[in-house]
Amino acid sequence: MTGIVSYASYVPRYRIKVEDIAAQWGFDATVIKKGLFVQEKSVPAPDQDTITMSVEAARRAVFGGGIDPETIQAVYVGSESHPYAVKPTGTTVAEAIGATPDAHCADFEFACKAGSEAMFVTLNMVEAQQMSYALAIGADTSQGAPGDALEYTASAGAAAFIMGKEQPVAECLETYSHMSDTPDFWRREHEFYPQHAGRFTGEPAYFKHVLNCANFIMKKTGLQASDFGYAVFHQPNGKFPLRAGKKLGFTEDQLKQGLLCPYIGNTYSGSSPLGLAAVLDVAKPGDLILMVSYGSGAGSDGFVWRVTKDIEKMRKKILYTWDQIHGEKFYLDYGQYAKFRGKIRSNAS
Amino acid sequence: MAIPEYWREIKHRYKLEAGKCKSCGYIVFPMRLICPKCQNQDFDSINLSREGTLITYSVIRVASSRFVNQAPFAVGIVELKEGVRILSQITDCNINELKSGMKMQVEFRRIFDDGSSGVINYGYKCVPM
Repeated sequence: MTGIVSYASYVPRYRIKVEDIAAQWGFDATVIKKGLFVQEKSVPAPDQDTITMSVEAARRAVFGGGIDPETIQAVYVGSESHPYAVKPTGTTVAEAIGATPDAHCADFEFACKAGSEAMFVTLNMVEAQQMSYALAIGADTSQGAPGDALEYTASAGAAAFIMGKEQPVAECLETYSHMSDTPDFWRREHEFYPQHAGRFTGEPAYFKHVLNCANFIMKKTGLQASDFGYAVFHQPNGKFPLRAGKKLGFTEDQLKQGLLCPYIGNTYSGSSPLGLAAVLDVAKPGDLILMVSYGSGAGSDGFVWRVTKDIEKMRKKILYTWDQIHGEKFYLDYGQYAKFRGKIRSNAS
Repeated sequence: MAIPEYWREIKHRYKLEAGKCKSCGYIVFPMRLICPKCQNQDFDSINLSREGTLITYSVIRVASSRFVNQAPFAVGIVELKEGVRILSQITDCNINELKSGMKMQVEFRRIFDDGSSGVINYGYKCVPM
């Protein structure tokens, strides 16, 4: 059966706390932390971007699966922060991991669900027997405008999944996509920071698509919340996925392993893929996992995964996502953060 | 850096591709046409390991224009497992805690940009393990 044969994640080592951002703009950090359910977020180093994080996640996945990179026939990278407007992210990633020249390459964009789009397409390319192995990556170094609510969560991270048919560590039992034209969050051409429609991003956008997608895929598979070991939803903040999960009947125990946002923020295209990676790090053979992404604009991709016995051997060779989150980290103050993210106008920029 | 030069160096900058002399086993990095030890011209292409040891380093506090946003930063000589020594920026570290002998891993990073509209140059940097 087609599924994930290897996976890995990459989380940058730099962090900024909500307190440091709130203090800069004169807001009460306690209120923001309670409202967003976020403590701190990851920050990419000045020499990191979507390409560098994608390469690191992909290299770990290649190593973890013991896969010859020359057998990977597709490299698809989903992101809303591709370093170039014109020039693919995927070619650099493919070259760096040794997958060139016999590979197909494409960059995906769909706000925060570009990563799950890449997963959806790679799964189906393998299922259609067009490819033996295909690599899907969700990665972002997302930007929030100074002083905007997004600044508390917009963060960085990457997750890579190699899809194949031989000895998958998680079989894909079902997929489903749900979408509509909903202008809740956008960034126009040549604009540096995205904009959003405030509270409109909630009920008619995130919750409508995530809940409909989850309900439909559970109905399609005949499964209910209690059948799953874990559920992972897109995490624009810490509160939305918890509320969505509870509305669908999931318990906090089913949600917390994949809920990374309170500690690393919203990694955009990396969000639900990183949550899935964190769940795969601990899931037992036979566990069912529901994953539902969300991308503004708007849509959700749903996946039902079943973990296999092959996961134990594969994951011994990778760095676990929570170990990266709680591992060595360097805290930045707002000034350092502004310098790292290119928010300060200077002659050098 | 001129684009053709960057393009020619992609294999060793992205993948640490080196040449192992088929005659004497000496490893050249980056690849050369002639072995400096035995003058043989046949090499096997190998990818160097991504782990090594910091031999020595220096901290750059007054950086050239392309690196101003990263200053202060360290540049070091790292010996990889194969015995090859590479010159590399040391990143993601507290420069006051660096010590010769520290274990390093090689990561893929941005090296510099040719301005805001030019090509982004990628390559290797070392990070303490």
